[in-house]
Amino acid sequence: MSATRRALDTIIIIIAIVLLWQGLAHWVGETALPGPAPTFVYLAHFVPTTRFAENAAATAIAFALALLLAYGLGLAIGVWMGAQRLSGEVGEPILITLYSLPKITLYPVILLIFGLTLSGKVVFGAIHGVLPVALLTMAAIRNIPMVYLKAARTLRLSPWQTIWNVLLPATIPEVLAGLRIGFTVTLLGVLLAEMFASKDGLGFLIINAMTLLQTKEMISIAVVLFAFAAVANAILLWIEHRLHRRV
Amino acid sequence: MTRAGWIRLLVIVAMIGAVELACRLNFIDHRVLIPPSKMATALVAMLASGQLNDDIVRTLGVITIATTLSVVFGFALGLVIHALPRLRAALDPFFATYYAVPVFIFYPVMIAIFGLSLIPIVLMGVATAIVAMIIATLNGLDRIPRVLTKVARVHRMGRLATALQLQLPAAAPHLFTGVKLSVSYAFIAVIAAEFILAPAGLGRAIANAYADFDNRRMYALMLFVLVIATVVNAGLHALDLRWAKRRGTRPS
Amino acid sequence: MRGDVHAQFAGVTRVYPGAGGHTPVHALGPIDVALHKGEFFAVVGPSGCGKSTFLEVLAGLQQPTAGTVTFEGHAVVGEVPDGVGVVFQEDASFPWLTVWDNVAFGLRRRGTAPSEVRRQVDDALAFMGLRNFAKAYPSQLSGGMRQRVCIARTLVLQPRLILLDEPFGALDAQTRLLMGDEVLRLWRTTGATVLLITHALDEAAMLADRVGAMSARPGRFIEIIETGWPRERDSTIVAEPTFGEITGRLWERLRGESLKALGHADLPPAALAAE
Repeated sequence: MSATRRALDTIIIIIAIVLLWQGLAHWVGETALPGPAPTFVYLAHFVPTTRFAENAAATAIAFALALLLAYGLGLAIGVWMGAQRLSGEVGEPILITLYSLPKITLYPVILLIFGLTLSGKVVFGAIHGVLPVALLTMAAIRNIPMVYLKAARTLRLSPWQTIWNVLLPATIPEVLAGLRIGFTVTLLGVLLAEMFASKDGLGFLIINAMTLLQTKEMISIAVVLFAFAAVANAILLWIEHRLHRRV
Repeated sequence: MTRAGWIRLLVIVAMIGAVELACRLNFIDHRVLIPPSKMATALVAMLASGQLNDDIVRTLGVITIATTLSVVFGFALGLVIHALPRLRAALDPFFATYYAVPVFIFYPVMIAIFGLSLIPIVLMGVATAIVAMIIATLNGLDRIPRVLTKVARVHRMGRLATALQLQLPAAAPHLFTGVKLSVSYAFIAVIAAEFILAPAGLGRAIANAYADFDNRRMYALMLFVLVIATVVNAGLHALDLRWAKRRGTRPS
Repeated sequence: MRGDVHAQFAGVTRVYPGAGGHTPVHALGPIDVALHKGEFFAVVGPSGCGKSTFLEVLAGLQQPTAGTVTFEGHAVVGEVPDGVGVVFQEDASFPWLTVWDNVAFGLRRRGTAPSEVRRQVDDALAFMGLRNFAKAYPSQLSGGMRQRVCIARTLVLQPRLILLDEPFGALDAQTRLLMGDEVLRLWRTTGATVLLITHALDEAAMLADRVGAMSARPGRFIEIIETGWPRERDSTIVAEPTFGEITGRLWERLRGESLKALGHADLPPAALAAE
């Protein structure tokens, strides 16, 4: 199947989704669900405002910090658990269990500790992201074929050369997959925190709009976040595929 | 139990013990965190009094409904999509990015459409879980060895018999993974939805307890939710392991 | 052919220590054998007999539990000595590098000058018939080609002792014969000492100056057969009558060992049982 045909099919699906949206909006009424056109009109007016910019910045800062924390901690834990066999065996089931828990239940505790501050959002977002990063980094290191390490010894590489020239490139694709998933869940964590209890941020704006019955604002912000997440993920996937082509 | 298992048990007990001690010795303010033992006793008392029954039934009921819908329709959709390769190729980028989007941001939109009832919460659960089931179904159907259909023809089996006796068992491990994920995702989605806005349910109860500064009640409920989630997920995982062992494969 | 001793095993045994409740495994030895400079030595034996362990102990990848291994007069302890090259059974080509970069890898880590690197790598690629694939990635190549890349990567470092651990295990029979010719060409051109581990009797009989028949675990040499082939040989010697005799003799020695490795008691050959 040619690439253009596939691209065309994808466009058809997008059009179908937009039509579905329009149909649903027509069925439930514009006050409950604004259609595509009114939404984009509202977006065009809303995005350039300071209110939007301030809240988007608040979310962005919280997200960036949470990501840094999640990536840093996650990579460290993952490398340790991947390299140190026993810690991996002990820790993996714990991490997997934590991964499947509804972490929103812990948010009140974080609020009690940090209050309604940026740190609270950052920590909450980070506890979401740490887990997939750690788990996938650990798997990546465990999956390094033994023969690479033997080859490194026969080529008489120094320990540093072995890490930098063999271990790192061998693990990058899988680690990147972990970083991509970590990106997604960290964003979700930050937004959830904002939706539940926060005084700023895009998540807060959505809930705020809901209480004021401003459906157009609600769905506009949702669309913006949707677009951001989709595009960011597509970029990360593209990077991953470029590396995977060689593996 | 393996050596790693013992160490793990020790680590968990040690961590809980440390928290307990820190709370009792007032290193941690009791307005922030209460000792785990008090959480447990509060929970037992509340369960015994029956005051949690309505919320428990409601939350677990919604999760069950959402999971069932996700598994059934996810499987059905997976079957259909698998049979239409062109559709599958077109949908591929969407499946790849679906879980990149925090579906939660549409919860308030659903409340606006359906009102503050069970429906938006169930929808949230289904929206989160169904795609995992579809993907798992597609994977499972992919991995049915082609040779099985040839064996079926040698035995002159009809299409339904082939599907039920050969193809379904061959795809079963992946389908079960889909069920596992659906349960897990539905659980997370429903609790989160109840937290943000819902008329009732365990999530709502925790949020209310937090707003009322009722730490004892809040932590007891948190403990309950986390324990239930752990037990259910662990149970499904243990089942997965047992079946995988019998077939000589490793579960995902 | 008898040159000077290049590498020596004296009373070498290797016992894998038991881990997590398993009993220790006596994998190899005692082994007493000397490899001579420039010779082609093959080791054959049933699966699991310890042939790979033999190779890894010689390479310094594993330490002997008892006895000493020497290479060029120095003891081999824990690290791979300079001048030893190893080609493994599994594909060890690095998938993130092109064929060219793979072959250049060892030279670059050593700090060789870029112009020299370019010259050596181009020569090695030409020698192994990989010049047209220099820009390709290993994932785009067949198993046999990938092994050629690994051989080229080893060759380019000009090893004096080349160790090949069942390098053609994953290839079909015809490709193996052709690769055998390649290895002979390599051996003649470099003048290196070559140790080949294989489970294929015919391969060992065809390629080597001496073939060591190894017993089932713990691996010991039952017999070391001299083939007497001329240095200028290739796969066509399979037509020689001596080839059949050597292969037959190897099988005679190893049949019982192979059965042991499979878990059966020593059964008499069918010809005798029929009487």
